[in-house]
Amino acid sequence: MATRQLDITRYNCPITFVKVKVQLYELKKGDVLEVLLTGGEPLENVPAAVTRDGHVVLGTQHVAGNTYCLRIRK
Amino acid sequence: MEVEREDAYWERYSRNILLPEIGVDGQLKISRARVLIIGAGGLGSPAAYYLAAAGVGVLGLADADDVDLSNLQRQILHATADVGSAKVLSAAAKIRAINPDVEVVAYRQYLDAATIGPIVADYDFVIEGVDNFPSKFLINDACVLAGVPFSQGGILQFVGMTMTVKPGDTACYRCVMGEPPTGTVPTCSSAGVFGAIAGMLGSIQAAEALKYITGAGRPLYDSLLCFDAKAMDFMKSPVQRNPRCRVCGEQPDITALAGDNTRSCVPGGDRACRRAAGANRSAQD
Repeated sequence: MATRQLDITRYNCPITFVKVKVQLYELKKGDVLEVLLTGGEPLENVPAAVTRDGHVVLGTQHVAGNTYCLRIRK
Repeated sequence: MEVEREDAYWERYSRNILLPEIGVDGQLKISRARVLIIGAGGLGSPAAYYLAAAGVGVLGLADADDVDLSNLQRQILHATADVGSAKVLSAAAKIRAINPDVEVVAYRQYLDAATIGPIVADYDFVIEGVDNFPSKFLINDACVLAGVPFSQGGILQFVGMTMTVKPGDTACYRCVMGEPPTGTVPTCSSAGVFGAIAGMLGSIQAAEALKYITGAGRPLYDSLLCFDAKAMDFMKSPVQRNPRCRVCGEQPDITALAGDNTRSCVPGGDRACRRAAGANRSAQD
């Protein structure tokens, strides 16, 4: 099982979710993607969108300031 | 895996990628796809715009005509300054302006029985947007013989009709229409055409191509979609393969492309559409 990191803190919706979709597409089932994202819209929308696509949100951690880490399993 | 694309790629196609039915995989399929549009006119114009915008990898355009002032009412690839220029060159310039990712292959020629076969066989999907029955039958036969799926389309006055064909699996144009009509058949130039329906029908054809390429939804297989823009009635009628079809039936006698593909011997043809749409015979452009 591989783990990959992705920083989308400089993107706005919906490119945030598109970047996550591209990474998840590359991963194998069971792999984990750790996504750095900002609070507000990305933090609200990205977990809901990946769940809708059939992935599993493992959890969200506050990193620093307005940055969070979202862990997703494909 | 060819996922290493620049941010601009993902941003340009983000609205496709966000659709669960298309996604990353579907967009990559679109970028690899080769689509041939026969006729850079009323139907080919919107089809070319949407296929180019969607990022189709290779867009072939076949048309021998030059842009005429009377085309501009509906053939939205062409502008006033293009009158007198070759349609395929005018079209190619617009497509490149919309999306430089798309490779345009221009065929400034009439595709006839001697030339169409290998050209059609070089594409994944064909959009038929020509304005006469002999060409429609020729394109049908060429696509069926080459096994290349295609979207057939026609408009006249306020009426449009279209069907999508997967050769060998679903009804072809000849299954539904029989033989090219004989005698005088109205065309856009003699009967008129309501310009905006070219946009409606050509856009449907682009959607059908993209659905086929990505596997999203179900194309208009074994279905004839007709609309009458006067009442804005849309009617979808089931059609089926004809076991006696001359090109895809059980014992086809059209097994190669020759002059007689377009021979006119039996009148009528679009009875199914007239029945469905309550419309006049449709030749198209």
